Amino acid sequence: MTKYFAAEIGDTAEVLADDPIWLILVKVVGIFAFLVVMTLFMINWERKVVARMQHRPGPNRVGPNGWLQSLADGLKLAFKEDIRPVLADKWVFFLAPVISCIPAFLAFSVIPLAGEVSMFGERTALQLVDLPVGVLVVLACSSLGVYGIVLSGWASGSPYPLLGALRSAAQVISYEIAMGLSIVAVIMFTGSMSTGDIVGAQASTVLGVLPGWFGILLFPSFVIYVVSMVGETNRAPFDLPEAESELVGGFHTEYSSLKFALFFLAEYVNMVTVSALATTLFLGGYHAPWSGEFMNTGWWGLLWFIIKTLAFLFLFIWLRGTLPRLRYDQFMKLGWKVLVPTSLVWIMAVAVIRTGAIQQLSTAQRLIALGVIVGLVLLVSFLLPDKKVQDTKGVPLAGSGFPVPPLDLAVPKSAPKRKVKVANLPKETAAVTTGKEAE
Amino acid sequence: MSLLTFLAQQPEPVQRAVDTVTTGEAISFWVLGPLALAGALGMLFARNAVHSALWLVVTMLSLGVLYMVQQAPFLGFVQIIVYTGAIMMLFLFVLMMVGRDSSDSVVEVIRGQRLAAALLGIGFAVLMVGSVARALTSVQPAGLAEANTTNGGNVGNIGQKLFTDYLFPFELTSALLIVAALGAMILAFVGRDGKPAKKTQRELVEERFQAGGRVGSIPGPGVFATANSVATPALLPDGSVAEESLFDVIEATDKSRLSDDVAEVAGTAHEPDAHALKGSES
Repeated sequence: MTKYFAAEIGDTAEVLADDPIWLILVKVVGIFAFLVVMTLFMINWERKVVARMQHRPGPNRVGPNGWLQSLADGLKLAFKEDIRPVLADKWVFFLAPVISCIPAFLAFSVIPLAGEVSMFGERTALQLVDLPVGVLVVLACSSLGVYGIVLSGWASGSPYPLLGALRSAAQVISYEIAMGLSIVAVIMFTGSMSTGDIVGAQASTVLGVLPGWFGILLFPSFVIYVVSMVGETNRAPFDLPEAESELVGGFHTEYSSLKFALFFLAEYVNMVTVSALATTLFLGGYHAPWSGEFMNTGWWGLLWFIIKTLAFLFLFIWLRGTLPRLRYDQFMKLGWKVLVPTSLVWIMAVAVIRTGAIQQLSTAQRLIALGVIVGLVLLVSFLLPDKKVQDTKGVPLAGSGFPVPPLDLAVPKSAPKRKVKVANLPKETAAVTTGKEAE
Repeated sequence: MSLLTFLAQQPEPVQRAVDTVTTGEAISFWVLGPLALAGALGMLFARNAVHSALWLVVTMLSLGVLYMVQQAPFLGFVQIIVYTGAIMMLFLFVLMMVGRDSSDSVVEVIRGQRLAAALLGIGFAVLMVGSVARALTSVQPAGLAEANTTNGGNVGNIGQKLFTDYLFPFELTSALLIVAALGAMILAFVGRDGKPAKKTQRELVEERFQAGGRVGSIPGPGVFATANSVATPALLPDGSVAEESLFDVIEATDKSRLSDDVAEVAGTAHEPDAHALKGSES
């Protein structure tokens, strides 16, 4: 199967090429099981961590320490009544959750979980396929996953899901650009798009101590990827497509039972996938934080991979527990005006640095190149327009008199009591007075 | 080597090894080909615009997978990312904005449109049949085995071709796309019919404050225990009538009918106190 795409065959691809069919099936089932178990675990973990952040116990009834809560919830969800709204588009309404689920699982096929291991006596790598365009597979899957959300919103035939779907479409397309650009720097450094090669390129150490992970070497790319991966998976603080305070439930408002469960599954599997890709691209995949053989070969890789992926998943939970949701225009501004231009400039810088490194320039040439760059930066900074001078004729919106109260307005300690006024009124002779009035 | 010599260069004739079609390739073709065709037909005959778009997605996905099977993985995935992921998604976006029940009007807007469409369609069909017939009879399949294994593989070779032999068309295409994007932005940001662009929220606020006068909303009618009609004037804190709450077209309730409310608002009415406990007599 992998033979078709044999490029200059990488190490991993070579190992994978002679996998027998039963081993491929074992891996497929293994990946599926891993993702489903991760989803069940992740839902529970999220509830527990967020609960701890909010000083409450979280789920602690079902199973040992409440760890079976999400399994129970899932089973309950399966037995609920499946409702289809009258206005819904029958086929598309059914198709949408399926479409959102399949690419989520598919993307994981190119993620290297560990290096070379021996499985049932067969030498193989813990990875389903290693394509020469492996990274693009993940991007393609995430762009197909949007269809699930968009179609579910449209097919529901009600306004809130439609709005959620429109938001989601714009959001995912915008953030996919930033995500793709952040990956470009990694591809330029590795010289390959295959995930196996990318992990292989991060095996060395920098300066003898630091691991040669691209998260350290290409830090700006790493930051941009992490921000855009949160946007890509529709998670807080970028969960605008399902903003419950504005859109009820967003795109899945009208869904129930197993179809809703599929959306839930897709969301969490997507989170695991983008976290795994972040691990692969930026945190050295299955490599231990140190080089050498110690705890760094064979099945040990799986341990490091899972630890790193869980760190990213914890970040997702942490963000959700901490940050409020962004406003939609601020969110778009962040994507288009901050992330995309920053990555473009950074890619240029990486290209220049790479060329310099490859061509073995002399010191004089390097200094000249540096001078040219500084000159360009200065030129651009001169070309930037000055800060706009405040229009003095405009009405200040705060701090003047009418219609806005002055800045030095002394606010009275407490509002004058009505009682005083009553006390000042011409009194009728009363037979009975309250005690206070007598004072 | 300068740019001009690059452009003047002819692509060197490549030694092509005849490639055979493997069984797997044949099977996937006979699965994906009909699927792509079904998608195209479905797109034509679907009643609903969104269903049409979905059928087209099926066609595009099948084509993408066909590319992958034919040893062009990069092209296949780019087809999926760009066409299915971005372009069709924008189509869907527009269709969803238009509304799910709107159907095409069959009225001919441009004169002779159908005739021109028919002629061009027939011409296109002739071209297609001609090229397909030629491909089936006189072209030897070259295969990508060599391009996929040497010199950085599939992706590396595409990149090299794009940035050497096809640099000029590539740059032209990107210039075209940038112009199109700029045009779209200008059309979107400049108002229609010569009107200026939409004012920002800040500009609107400043304009409102600059004009002077009342900044907030005008007072609504008074709602009291004794009346809740729109004809009831609102009362100011001293008990006088707020003129702005009166309507031109509705005759306001006479103030004398509101004397109790006036007294209440002005603070001159009786307050509930211990008298209330004694009943109404004393």
